[in-house]
Amino acid sequence: MSTAADRGRPPRQIHLAAHFPGVNNTTVWSADPFGRPEDVLAAENGTAKPGARRPGGGPARHPFLGSQIDFSSFEHLARTAERGLFDFFFLAEGLRLREHKGRIHDLDVVGRPEALTVLSALAGVTEHLGLAGTVNATFNEPYELARRLATLDHLSGGRAAWNVVTSSDAFTGANFRRGGYLDHADRYTRAAEFLATARELWDSWTPEGEQRPFAHRGRQFDIAGRFTVPRAPQGHPVVIQAGDSAEGRDFAAASADIVFTRHGTLEAGRAFYAEVKGRLAAHGRRPEDLKIMPGVTVVLGDTDAEAEERAAVIRRLQVSPQNAILALEQVWGVDLSALDPDGPLPDFDPEPDSSLAQGRVRLADPLATAAKWRALAEEKGLSARQTVIETTARQSFVGTPAAVAAEMAEFVAAEAADGFILVPHVTPGGLDEFVDKVVPLLQERGVFRTRYEGSTLRAHLGLGEPAPPRGT
Amino acid sequence: MTASTGRGRLHLAAALDQPDVHRPARYTEAARLAESGGLDFVTLDDSFLRPGLDALGVLASLAPATSRIGLVPTLTTTHTEPFHVQAEVATLDWVSRGRAGWRAEVSTTEGEARLFGRRHSAPEERLWHEAGQVVEAARRLWDSWEDDAEIRDTATGRFIDREKLHYADYQGDTFSVKGPSIVPRPPQGHPVTVVEAASAHARRTAARYADVALVAATSPEQAAEARAALHEQARAAGRDPDELRVLASLTVDLAGGEGAASPGHGGGGPRGTAEGPLYRGGPVGLAGLLAAWHESGAVDGFHLRPADPRGDLERLVNGTVALLQHRGLFRTFYPGSTLREHLRLPRPANQYALTGEQS
Repeated sequence: MSTAADRGRPPRQIHLAAHFPGVNNTTVWSADPFGRPEDVLAAENGTAKPGARRPGGGPARHPFLGSQIDFSSFEHLARTAERGLFDFFFLAEGLRLREHKGRIHDLDVVGRPEALTVLSALAGVTEHLGLAGTVNATFNEPYELARRLATLDHLSGGRAAWNVVTSSDAFTGANFRRGGYLDHADRYTRAAEFLATARELWDSWTPEGEQRPFAHRGRQFDIAGRFTVPRAPQGHPVVIQAGDSAEGRDFAAASADIVFTRHGTLEAGRAFYAEVKGRLAAHGRRPEDLKIMPGVTVVLGDTDAEAEERAAVIRRLQVSPQNAILALEQVWGVDLSALDPDGPLPDFDPEPDSSLAQGRVRLADPLATAAKWRALAEEKGLSARQTVIETTARQSFVGTPAAVAAEMAEFVAAEAADGFILVPHVTPGGLDEFVDKVVPLLQERGVFRTRYEGSTLRAHLGLGEPAPPRGT
Repeated sequence: MTASTGRGRLHLAAALDQPDVHRPARYTEAARLAESGGLDFVTLDDSFLRPGLDALGVLASLAPATSRIGLVPTLTTTHTEPFHVQAEVATLDWVSRGRAGWRAEVSTTEGEARLFGRRHSAPEERLWHEAGQVVEAARRLWDSWEDDAEIRDTATGRFIDREKLHYADYQGDTFSVKGPSIVPRPPQGHPVTVVEAASAHARRTAARYADVALVAATSPEQAAEARAALHEQARAAGRDPDELRVLASLTVDLAGGEGAASPGHGGGGPRGTAEGPLYRGGPVGLAGLLAAWHESGAVDGFHLRPADPRGDLERLVNGTVALLQHRGLFRTFYPGSTLREHLRLPRPANQYALTGEQS
């Protein structure tokens, strides 16, 4: 910090976003991890009395075991994020419930409301916070989605963002008219043309308020007419790209404002950051035009030891005995319901072409994963469940508020990230502690805003206005 | 019980449509005014050709700013995905805590078809048939989660009881949906479905599927006739007509005062215009008209479109509605909290839930 100050330049600023807890085992739902030890222990070991239920179904008031559906949970987390001066609030999307062994997956949080409708409601209870929704480019049409996003931008006074995702599977397609699906290779072709078309629609209104007819004729879309929503306050809503594939990186470098990526080591972050930013010049863009924000989890404690202990409790709650078996089945590709989770890993090799799990990303190389897990179990003397806990449930930042603030600042200073998308473990109070304890320390370091300077999400992110439409 | 004779509670709804308004504050102000009058619900029209914001988004944004009034945006079923439509309406029900409805509408023009480029325009009859199937599919998807599907059972590590989730497996003529929905069953079970019975095809879909049908009439006799026809078609489709509320749509222009009532229509009744029945007169005269039509059993209530979105809504709520309340003809507070409760429509049973066999 002092070196930057010495040079008379402010230190690199951190951008922060809040991810609503997702429908996966990052989200702890079975017990308040910091609640009564006997409840935690019973939930960790699956030894709660049969029928023992945790609050959360109704309009729950418990800050760590709240509903995943009630608006009050979304409002709580969004208000917390705004209190913490975050850049934006982020909602994921699901279009088909996940399945395992041909049945609906029941061990994690299941079900969620539709993102853009929730964000429209949140626009009414927040003033500055950006509102980002994930919407699939495969199972939507540009005219309708461009209209909904422009509406959200108007309703929020310029705070809308769209996380563009794609899918190609017939499994999800079974819920849609087009039924269909795309060749895997065409996912990003369609997404890129979708986004380009949406921008043509947004640009069919000039900044001066003049509306012009549009016509788009391409491989994916052949549409024409008039776009009925006047130019949005941000011109174009902010565009987010999630996913680390080569096609995804290309798409991001050409078209996105934010990359939502995985978090890893400082070195891996620096390499990814340099690689993606290096692609921008070819598209006539500057490094600062694209923000790189890994998704991270945070566990805080008054001491390092307490933080580590809390992190361990969360990991055990995330990987119930049943969830451990399921994780193993996803690698091995066969039914393992007879396996003792407290015993050793299976002694045979995975089935490489299994379709056991639907609606999830398949592991690239199950054989290699199994080999790695076996080596780890042998080295540390771990049971099957302990191996899953060790390999799948890792938290990104664990420590005292001061240590976490320092580590986050270091990541950004070292150009391993422009900021972070925080994924809380519990609903809806999972960021309360971070906002109360870490944000002030980031502010003290001079790496995080002390008030909102602008009113739009583009302003929070330091992104310029989109280029004015051609022909003006 | 048959509702085709005799008079139930009076139901009132108001349209929030405002040309060229893109700021949510104006809609919020209007919805709050309507709520202060105890109205059953407000509507916001939409189509892909209508200049303005997405209606469902606008009404979702004012859900937190209101607490009782029903919110009914128009959604079209022709070029949209049934799975998305039901999820959006279910979510509106969640964010409003049980106050959502939707008016199902079709897109008949080639101009709308060109905005999507996926299919050509089709005859209205086919589109209303499809709209009915979308309502049917939506209700299956709303039921695809039983109310108590979320169990959070720590003993078995299960968040949901998957026996209480169901595949909709809906096979329509133009689409199919597998399910289950991604959204748990909304607070009202089924958000309220509204259909404007403006043509014979729309009327058939309304009679068969709607919770609320809107009809155009310039006299109580005409309204009664439309209501009876809807009831008959509903009965023929195997429905209890008492589950269908029929509201007469009227545009109201109250700016000219009591003396402006057009003569020759039983003391200033509405007259037909290209945009539908128009009442021009004062708030007191309108209160008399609404009371008389409702008293005669012609309709269950009214859907009123203020000619001037601000001034006429104010005259409607502070004049007409206040007078109806004073005469004991309209509620002075909301006894219920959901739109179904306002409309005195029961919360539907889940079509997939087993009854009696399991406990």
